[in-house]
This record gives sequence, structure tokens and C-alpha cells, in this order.
Amino acid sequence: MTTTVWAPKTEVETKSIVKPAARRKSRVPSFVPPLIVATAVLAVWYLVSYVFLDQTRRFLLPPPHEIFTGAIFVPDILADIGLASLRTTIVALIGLLIAIVLGVAWAVAMSQARWLETSLFPYAVILQCIPILALVPLIGFWFGFEYPARVIVCVMIALFPMVSNTLFGIQSVDPGQRELFRLHGAARWTVLRKLEFPNALPAIFAGMRISAGLAVVGAIVGDFFFRRGEPGLGALISNYQAQIQSEELFAAIIAASLLGIVIFAAFGWLSRAVVGTWYESSDR
Amino acid sequence: MPVQTAEPLIAATTAPTIVGFSSVEMKYPDGTIALSGVDLDIAPGEFVSVVGPSGCGKSTLLRLASGLEHASSGEVDVATDRIGYVFQDATLLPWRSVERNVELLAELHGVPSAERKAKAKAAIGLTDLTGFEKHLPKQLSGGMKMRTSLARALTLDPELFLFDEPFGALDEITRERLNDELIRLFAERRFAGLFITHSVSEAVYLSTRVVVMSGRPGGIVAEFEVPFPMPRDPEIRYSAEFAALTGEVHHALRKGYSA
Ligand SMILES: Nc1ncnc2c1ncn2[C@@H]1O[C@H](COP(=O)(O)OP(=O)(O)O)[C@@H](O)[C@H]1O
Ligand SMILES: [Mg+2]
Repeated sequence: MTTTVWAPKTEVETKSIVKPAARRKSRVPSFVPPLIVATAVLAVWYLVSYVFLDQTRRFLLPPPHEIFTGAIFVPDILADIGLASLRTTIVALIGLLIAIVLGVAWAVAMSQARWLETSLFPYAVILQCIPILALVPLIGFWFGFEYPARVIVCVMIALFPMVSNTLFGIQSVDPGQRELFRLHGAARWTVLRKLEFPNALPAIFAGMRISAGLAVVGAIVGDFFFRRGEPGLGALISNYQAQIQSEELFAAIIAASLLGIVIFAAFGWLSRAVVGTWYESSDR
Repeated sequence: MPVQTAEPLIAATTAPTIVGFSSVEMKYPDGTIALSGVDLDIAPGEFVSVVGPSGCGKSTLLRLASGLEHASSGEVDVATDRIGYVFQDATLLPWRSVERNVELLAELHGVPSAERKAKAKAAIGLTDLTGFEKHLPKQLSGGMKMRTSLARALTLDPELFLFDEPFGALDEITRERLNDELIRLFAERRFAGLFITHSVSEAVYLSTRVVVMSGRPGGIVAEFEVPFPMPRDPEIRYSAEFAALTGEVHHALRKGYSA
């Protein structure tokens, strides 16, 4: 190329990817402050167990180590809780999967035609406004008191974030990119596949994280109400509470919390794996 | 378009045009009249720059030429369907690598995979992006993004290239480099160009003809032929003739403002 006038390309032109400046270099490692909080909470916990509660009322808040010695380290109890957690996880994941598929399909349908959006969006909002708990007995009434009813509760609770996030993701496509596709005669389906859907993926994953947490809530709530069939975590918690087995109760609550955390973290990881390479998210 | 047969003789005797505007008026649905009484013909091998105050309808001109918008009266005739359109924003898809972004338009036009890849490779070479094929847009500087956008348009071998202030957001040095790059491409490919800019010296340096527009509703108030040979010598920017011509364009622009 004889007419090239400018200097050979150097690294100068590639933007160096600079991490947003840290607020202030701190000398304390980041795990230390939460550790201090945890220690404080444990201290207050022991204080309440041993000082404020007398022997006869200590079951209301057993000291932390007794949750281990009295429940978590007891093989039978641990097996019960583990099995119940597994069942709850399965219900939550099935419900979540259905909510993802339904929610994305609903949003895609709305994004494809104005009239579909105006006729369907109000129902998404209504779904969000109904206290699902009020519907739970009716769901049992209609669908029985076993697995299917539990899954339906999960779906109803987890659906809305999928619908709204997917719709937002599709509608936030840059107008310039839309015009580029229009200019080159892209069919609606092509626009959906090559532009709108990929553009919506970060929002879809954010929705999944929210919905995953809600699906766990739904599975446990469903469990409280629908006792037929094998017990999940909700049924177990409710039984322990009825029989004043407080170490077991606390152990089951810890299991439920861990389940929520693990699912939330798993979807966060999935999101980073799929869209993290190209998506410049503000939270990191 | 082919309905009128009454007066074809005059048009047939003039030079062929790749894009022609005749008494074009553009009124947007909200009532804004963006353009009125615009006559402009661009022949193959011409590179025409348009300067004018912001809001005078420069972008509208390109939207009409590309078919994104239709004139409310008058005629816009475009003699090719191979049109490259480069926006001020590079409009790259952030999830696609440079290479995959460059392939996009050929993909939308249904070009078979092997041919598409070959065209993308050639365009990447032409815009000096070789070595950056696998980079994602977020890893690129503004200048590199704009080159990717250029490469993407080049894969269609456009006969008409529309540029809407493509280098407006870039720093001076990058902009001058890309100007030279564009001139080289123009000298090699000989597409017709319609280039919008708000930099008078960029307009004069790049084009064979400069068109000056006035404020709302936009219309053409002056035209200047640029006599310097193509491809341009970068040193021409510092010559007295160049300064004189940019001075004249500036003057016409100033008069357009007050009109
Ligand atoms: N889609 C639109 N609807 C209504 N008015 C518009 C639209 N696009 C542009 N305009 C108006 O038309 C005029 C010309 O716009 P534009 O062609 O973008 O000008 P320029 O590119 O020269 O800055 C402006 O007043 C602008 O507000
Ligand atoms: Mg404009």
C-alpha cells in the first residue's frame, strides 16, 4: 500500500482496559469487616442464649454450637435435612426453568407487536401485585397437594422478573443498531435472533438471579401448604417448629439460607460466564 | 418512479448520477420541515462533503438517500442498491468480535459463509485492523471502532458511501489519520461519497466538491469544486490555496447562518 501515509499501528491505539479507580486503597483485607460483624452477631447470640434466657426458655434461641452438636452433627437429622433440601432444590429448579421459558416467551411476544404488549403487559403487572400467598390454597384446591402444586407456586412467584427484565433488555436495543438492521433488510426474526435477544441476555441473566431466589422462596412456601408427598425443607421446618425441636429447626433454616445463597451465586457465575466477556456491567 | 415519461430527454443528456435529489422537501410527521428545495446530483467517482449548522437537515439528507426515510415531496433517485452507511456512532454489536462485526452485513444479505469470511478478511486488511480480529468492541479505541464500522460497510463493495459525521467524536490526530485512510480507500475503490461533517477543513481535504447548507428549513446555499488532485497530499492542508478555499467555505457558512 504505497499511499498509506500514517505511521504503523502501535499499541497506542488499543485502549488499555482500566479498572474503575478503587475508592481508596484500604490496608484492611476485604474479608475482615464482615468477619468482625459475624463475631459481633455470635457474641450477641451467646449473650441472649445464656444471659437473657433462663434454662427453661433457652430452646427459643439455642447457643450456636448446640445447633451443630444437637442437629448438624447427628447423622439421621443431617440426612433428613439433606434430603429435604434436595427435594426443595428440585422443585425450585423445575419451577425456575418453567418461569424462565414462559417469561422469556411472554416478553418476546410482547416485543414483537405493540398490540400484544398493550394487551399482555397489564397482566404481568397484576401477576406481580397479587400476593401469591393468597392464591396458594386455591392452587392446592385445583392442582392437588403434591409436587405439581409446589412447582406452580414457584413459577408464579418467579415469573415476573423474567418477563420484565427480558422486555427491558429487548427494548433497550440501541436505535442506531436497529436502523442498521433495517437498512439491510433484516427480517423481524433475524432482528430478534441477531440483535434483540443477544442484547437482552445481560438483563435476562439479571432476571434469572432474582427469579432463582424467589423460586427457592416459592418452593419452601409451597411446602408449608402442600404436605402430601415427601417433605421438603418447608414441611421439615414446620414439623420441627410444631415439635419444638429448636436445634433441628435452626439447622433447617441454615440449610434453606445456604440453598438460597448457592442458587444466587450459581446464576451469578453463569451470567459472568456467558455475557461477562463482552458486557460492561457497572457492578463488579 | 418510472411513471413520468414526459420530460426524459434533458435528464438523459446530463452525466449519470448515482444519487440525485430534485426539489426535495422533507417534512417529519410532527410538522418539522427539515429540508426544502434541495437539488443535488452526485456522479460516480465524486466525493461530496456537506457542511452546515446543526439541525439544518444534513442527517436527513442521508436518511433520504439510504431509503430509511421518504421525501414528502420532490424526488430522490438512487441508482444503486450497494450503499454503505457509516454513522457517527460505530454501532458495533458489543457481543461480537471485530471479525464477526465486520461479517454482519454480508450475513444479513445472505452471502455464503466462505465468501463472507473472505470479504471480511479483505476489509479488515484494507482498514488496517489485521491482528485485532478477535478483539471485542470494548477493547478498542474510538478510532479502531470507527475503522471496524468502515470495514463492515466495505464488505458490501458499496457504489455509494454515506457518512454521517463519522469522525466527529475522535481526537484530531486520529481524525487526520482516518481522513488519509479514507482518501486512500476512495482512490482505490472509486465509490461515490456523500460525507457530512462540521469541520470545514475536513470537508475540503476529503472531497471533490463541498456543499454548504443553511439553517432551518435546510437548503443548499453554496457549492465549491475542490481542484486538488486525488489522492491528496497531506501537505496540501498547509498550502495557501487550501487556506483560501476553506476561508471561502467558512464565509459561505457564516452567511448561511445569518440568512
Ligand atoms: N424523526 C424526526 N422527527 C421529527 N423531527 C426530526 C426527526 N429527525 C430530525 N428532525 C428534525 O429535523 C431537523 C433536521 O435534523 P437533522 O437532519 O438531524 O439535522 P443535522 O443532521 O443537520 O443536525 C432538526 O430540526 C431535527 O430536530
Ligand atoms: Mg446529524
